[in-house]
Amino acid sequence: MKIVVAIKQVPERDAQVHIDAAGKWIEETDLQYALNESDAYALEEALQLKEQHGGEVIVVSAGPERVGTTLREALAKGADRAIQIDCDDLGARDALGVAKLLATAIQPEDPDLILTGLQSEDLGLGQTGVIVAELLGLPHATLILHVEKTETGLKLKRELEEGWFQTVELPTPAVLTIQSGGNKLRYATLMGIKRAKTKEVRCVTAAELGVDSVPVVVLERVTLPQKQKSTQILPGSPREAAAALVEKLKFEVHVL
Amino acid sequence: MSGILVVFEQREGHISRIGWEALAAGQRLNMQLGLPVSAAVIGADTESLAAEIAARPLAKVLRVEHPLLAQYTADGFTLALQQLIESENPAYVIFPHTYQVRDYASALAARLGQVLIGDVVAIGDGPVFTRQLLQGRLNGTYRHTGNGPCFVSVQAGAFRQEEQHSTVTAAQIAVFTPAIDLAQIRTKPGEPFRGSAQTVDLSSAQLIVSVGRGIKEAENIPMVAELATALGAELAASRPICDAGWLPLERQVGSSGQTVSPKLYLAVGISGAIQHQVGMKGSQCVVAINKDPDAPIFEIADYGIVGDLFEVVPALTAAVKAARQ
Repeated sequence: MKIVVAIKQVPERDAQVHIDAAGKWIEETDLQYALNESDAYALEEALQLKEQHGGEVIVVSAGPERVGTTLREALAKGADRAIQIDCDDLGARDALGVAKLLATAIQPEDPDLILTGLQSEDLGLGQTGVIVAELLGLPHATLILHVEKTETGLKLKRELEEGWFQTVELPTPAVLTIQSGGNKLRYATLMGIKRAKTKEVRCVTAAELGVDSVPVVVLERVTLPQKQKSTQILPGSPREAAAALVEKLKFEVHVL
Repeated sequence: MSGILVVFEQREGHISRIGWEALAAGQRLNMQLGLPVSAAVIGADTESLAAEIAARPLAKVLRVEHPLLAQYTADGFTLALQQLIESENPAYVIFPHTYQVRDYASALAARLGQVLIGDVVAIGDGPVFTRQLLQGRLNGTYRHTGNGPCFVSVQAGAFRQEEQHSTVTAAQIAVFTPAIDLAQIRTKPGEPFRGSAQTVDLSSAQLIVSVGRGIKEAENIPMVAELATALGAELAASRPICDAGWLPLERQVGSSGQTVSPKLYLAVGISGAIQHQVGMKGSQCVVAINKDPDAPIFEIADYGIVGDLFEVVPALTAAVKAARQ
């Protein structure tokens, strides 16, 4: 099975973020980046499918030069090769624009399966995989926790709301967006990291792909959320704060 | 191009609650733009659903009906709504941000050369649409600049449905029959099933102590469990804790877990990502213990303790026990 996994590099989960001077995005200097969590699960699913059925795993990512680090990390975990879509204006592109970049880069590979994470931790759009499927004319399924290969295609475990699940069957080639938690993630081994250095990373630019960047939806302004409630912060040492909270629970919330 | 189209969603033969919230968002746009609001309901038999919707102040209700729409498929719903939108030509299409909508609305928008503005929490003058970024740490304001319908989905709980007084005359109901061929539906969905026997009903719990990523290790869970026991509270968790298998899935609160509304929700080491907030923001009193003063959970907390949970939780357990004596 030839599998392409679209992955995204996002700010590290615990990173302190500050709005940039233009108020359009966040300050990116000194920010630490990591592989988006649900994309890590998509990669894991791809690697397991390859281990079961053979084939090839290709990772693809769009973004500035630093994205290369995340692609190398995926190669170290076991992906066979990588495609890096070099573009410095990822933030100026809307979901359709980014999906066009990915779809155009993936199409010549003619894969049996395209996987990506359910959503990114930075923009949280949750649209990329679905639009890639639409652009390539492929069937898709979202929120997938488990993938099983069948005679005719795939049998999937899809997550629904409030603790419900559903089995979905579809033919390949197809696009799946993977939910976190379906598998146990692997770590890169020392051998894997060493091998990754010799694996192919092919670079293409947005211009070479012939994809323009005229958006139909624009992120105009980034702001700090307004507090929905006026939070009373209980100060002091842990003991003092705990004692103050017990008072509140007793006399204000009436639960003690 | 004119009008606002609100797409309702049904669950087990009823209009799901968040559909009414999408309507509230549509009415919000109506106040700003003066455009008429219509509704669409999709399925194989939508007569009673349409009648329920038609009691609201709407220009019309469209029954998008076809035998192949009996069960949701992305292909079927995308085709049906594409045809409806091409026929009705609305300026705005509003969805509830459900798992179903997340599965097809962005493909539908892309097919029409547009981009869905998803998971919207507020609508401002312009109109501009606010959605959360970086797991709720920041807000982003979006504007639709394309020529064509503007697609929006609204987050659960973000728009309150107005109390309706039945003084309005029932809206006109029309049937729209899309052309769909069985061969166009490529996925085969199965019946929904429960993951595990649901023995914990968090939705009726009065007191909940919930634990998140900040707990770091499975071995640290008993420390929070002890606090829950001291309070007489149910123990719950955010998704990563259940994903890691540290607590069973049935104790998960959030969009993929249970929705709770206790008197007290005590969040320990939970940053409060959107998906978690959706499941607990109906709580009467939210208390958050977190080392990060900028954690989104503090935006919705009534009381907060900024500090190391490994020091605060044992101190709190001791103080609760002392108060109980």
